[in-house]
Amino acid sequence: MALLDRFPALAGVDLSVQAGEMVCLRGPNGAGKSTLLRACAGLVPVRGARAEVLGFDLRADRRSVRRHVGLLGHRAPLYGDLRVDDQVRHCAELHSAAPAEVTAAVERFGIGGRLGAVAIRRLSEGQQRRVALACLTIARPRLWLLDEPHAGLDSSNRDALDDLLADAVTAGATVMFATHEVGRAGAAARQVLLAGGRIEEGSPTPPTIGPNDAA
Amino acid sequence: MLREIWIVCRKDLTIEWRARVTLVQIVPTVLLVLVVFAFAFDANPTLLGAGAGGLFWVAVLFGAVLGSKRSFDIEAEGGNLDALRLGGLAPAAILWGKATALALQSMVVGVFAAAGLLVLFSVTVEDWLLIVAAGLCGTAAFAVCGALYGAMTVGLRSADTLLPLLLIPVAAPVLLAGTRAFDVALGTSADQGWSWTALLAVVLVTYIAVGWLAAGPLLEDA
Repeated sequence: MALLDRFPALAGVDLSVQAGEMVCLRGPNGAGKSTLLRACAGLVPVRGARAEVLGFDLRADRRSVRRHVGLLGHRAPLYGDLRVDDQVRHCAELHSAAPAEVTAAVERFGIGGRLGAVAIRRLSEGQQRRVALACLTIARPRLWLLDEPHAGLDSSNRDALDDLLADAVTAGATVMFATHEVGRAGAAARQVLLAGGRIEEGSPTPPTIGPNDAA
Repeated sequence: MLREIWIVCRKDLTIEWRARVTLVQIVPTVLLVLVVFAFAFDANPTLLGAGAGGLFWVAVLFGAVLGSKRSFDIEAEGGNLDALRLGGLAPAAILWGKATALALQSMVVGVFAAAGLLVLFSVTVEDWLLIVAAGLCGTAAFAVCGALYGAMTVGLRSADTLLPLLLIPVAAPVLLAGTRAFDVALGTSADQGWSWTALLAVVLVTYIAVGWLAAGPLLEDA
């Protein structure tokens, strides 16, 4: 059970995800997808249940797992008053990233050059999403948790995001993302359907690209 | 830990440098408070001179409340506090990084408020060293206190009103001791100015000790 304040937002979630797997969470609004992602990131307390992520027991120590997890929620975790290059530098410092990794992430998402000197709040939603994804890439997480990651992106950047996630899986990372977009859910090896804080029986599992296929 | 504190402090100072909220919004508000007090006292030089020390600290406290609110508002937006926690930062590092940035900003506000006193109230300073020592201890104490209560109220819908309600009573000892020390430094009292400054230092150390104990519970589940 995962608690939001005192409300049991998740109760009855039994989910095991293998390292290097890409899992898509689906379900109606309020089903508990976001809470499940936040619980996996160690940001929501878990009570009365067994919860282990990357070998860390979330009931005993939620802090230790955080350094290994990257979470992108509905809204991009960015400081509106910072310029893009300030934000990227802050992320690089936070995650002790090498300059080459930072440059690669900046180039991959096209946020260098003149865009680097623009304040985050002046960017479009899609551009902000790209900055957030670049920061997530810089963090090099072992577990990627993404909530509606395609929202706000144009089609080319959506494809770029799918490529990024496929690359992460190829590199051995695990990916869990929540989406309402059936077309994008197909990239996952497994789909899990949540409703009312529980995993629905018979979650759809279409034939898709698995970690081994991707490799 | 020092590196983590520096990351948070540098980020906050960069935000301030880009947005200039302290210089463009908080400093003018603080100066306006001094001007309003001058009107309220009918521009009476004797009254204003006698109350200058207290007016300085009231104005700086208002500035600290605004600064603390702003400092944690930017963390509540878009889950930035979560991003700091996912960066593996210790709660204490987040708190002290923000407190350090707030202290520096409060000191800037204090410098402008002191200049405002000198210009608007025509006060004369008899002991600059006492002014500087008491000013540093007091503004740092406001900053630590502001960071603590800012962390406590971050993300709450009632934070706008709750923060001043919590912060101002707890900052009362700083107001009292700071005012007494400034009264001596401005020559309006023959009290023991350095004793009051020592009390300010003790209050600051107490706030820091409380911060160390409270940082985890405050920022772990904020």
